[in-house]
Amino acid sequence: MRRFSHNRLAMFGLLLVLFFLFLAIFADFLAPYRYDVADFSKVLQFPFIDPSHPLGNDEVGRDFLSRLIFGARTSLMVGLTVQVIAFGVGIPLGAYAGYRGGAFDFAVMRVVDVMTAFPALLFAIFLITVWGGGLEKVILVLGLTSWIGATRLARAQFLTLREKEFVGAARAIGATENRVIFRHILPNAMTPLIVAVSFGIPAAIFAEAALSFLGIGVNDPLPSWGKMVGVSGSYIRVYWHIGLFPTIMIALTMLGFSFLGDGLRDALDPKLTVE
Amino acid sequence: MARYLLGRIISLLFVLFAVSVITFSLMHAVPGGPFDEGKQRLPDAAKANILRKYGLDQPVWKQYLKYMWAAVHLDFGIPYQMPTETVTSLIRKTWFITFQVGIMTVVLAFGVGLILGTIAAYRRGSWIDTAVTFMSMLGTTLPNFVVALWLILVFAYGLKLLPSGGWNEPNDWLIPGVFSKDWILPVLAYALLPMALVARYTRASMVDAFNSDYVRTARAKGLRDRTILTRHVLKNAAIPMVTALGPIIPDLITGSIFIEAVFRIPGLGKYFVTSTFNRDYPMIMALMFLIAFLWGVTYIVTDVLYAVLDPRVRLGGTMQ
Repeated sequence: MRRFSHNRLAMFGLLLVLFFLFLAIFADFLAPYRYDVADFSKVLQFPFIDPSHPLGNDEVGRDFLSRLIFGARTSLMVGLTVQVIAFGVGIPLGAYAGYRGGAFDFAVMRVVDVMTAFPALLFAIFLITVWGGGLEKVILVLGLTSWIGATRLARAQFLTLREKEFVGAARAIGATENRVIFRHILPNAMTPLIVAVSFGIPAAIFAEAALSFLGIGVNDPLPSWGKMVGVSGSYIRVYWHIGLFPTIMIALTMLGFSFLGDGLRDALDPKLTVE
Repeated sequence: MARYLLGRIISLLFVLFAVSVITFSLMHAVPGGPFDEGKQRLPDAAKANILRKYGLDQPVWKQYLKYMWAAVHLDFGIPYQMPTETVTSLIRKTWFITFQVGIMTVVLAFGVGLILGTIAAYRRGSWIDTAVTFMSMLGTTLPNFVVALWLILVFAYGLKLLPSGGWNEPNDWLIPGVFSKDWILPVLAYALLPMALVARYTRASMVDAFNSDYVRTARAKGLRDRTILTRHVLKNAAIPMVTALGPIIPDLITGSIFIEAVFRIPGLGKYFVTSTFNRDYPMIMALMFLIAFLWGVTYIVTDVLYAVLDPRVRLGGTMQ
């Protein structure tokens, strides 16, 4: 813990993450307008001119500051839920595969192999064009491809840990398989998993931004930073603000989570220096 | 070794087979087809004719077998979105451009990344080290379309030095036929992430190598720093880097949808999106095959290279 709090970059990351969490949770109170209120007399208004719209307006006249704040909610929602799905599926699957070995392990790993061969982004694009976009669909699609890494990682942990003495001891006193897996081994396997989560969140945020950038992610009028960047492409030459601000938000979020992840990794496991 | 390679190639074929089955069945399971009418309705007879022409009136398993039979003979069909071409020629034409971007990116990323990582490891704790670490932090966290946008804002619209997009435009050649201004921004934007990864891995594995016993021995022997660096450190640091960094390459040479979209590069990227939108079955299959194949081959090559570079590693045994 001390190692973490002494790491300045990690603390900076934590602050950024907390800041964005705050924005996401209290967006309704913080944002001066709703994200879908348009003022057609102020389409593409530049920032810092009109005090009632400090960051200007977007291409249909919606307050840009409010859209950015609500965008934090979209991004974090995707990032967190996808990781919940990934590890909710990945940890049990990897745990049983690693602990039991044999046919179950073989089957799981072949599925993982095949899924790895599928390019994740292509797969996501494919599923979205089929199912249609929207926040829930984006989360579902990203969740579908994100459990692979978690499974691999959990399996590797369980493979090494199952040979340890404490596992033998637990089994000797008659603990059931589930008890051994979730009570005895899992707590010892948590460190790399926590670190993986902290890197998985920005990856999911990035994927959502990427899909929305292509125009097949979150649907209007829900704001998404990625979508704002994508839309800005055709206006950016003159109306630079609608491209610049969302990219700053994406960059800061990603930086925050990566600093946090790096810090967690260094604090929890000094032996792991490179991912 | 031969046995091991054979095993790996068989498992690659299995993966390709699985990819083909899953993609094919998913494609056909979803609602909508390539020749669904929009506003103007086709006469039923005409539609039936089109479907028959492309074999879409047959049961899916028959279509699959027919497709695979042709694919095994390297005939990947005709793209529905561009019926005057064949899938092979369309991919060849567009991938050539994507490949150019990719190769330049690989060269830039690995060249600069290796040098920066080495310097950072060699002068550990200096300002160069801090700068390289910071740069690789930025590179790994910023999405490439964000970087691309900033580059365009600064260099194209702000400083008006470089074009904001396009590919091999007649006015943008610096040296005709050799170097175009159009290449600079896309390659820079695309290379930042891999460059950061290469620099980071290089630094980490070089630091490991610098701290090892054989380097201390070499120092004690009185070898010059440069000899230690080139003979001992670089050689040993290369081993973990091959497995970690090899898999970046297929990613880079198949291009980025985002980079190509932002810079209006007429490469392969857009077909990843349009093919699924238009239910262009042959094109989807070919793209999936292409990527799965490149990935598979890269993994085999890196594993073999790993064994060649590090005599302690034995291939075979478990396939992990």
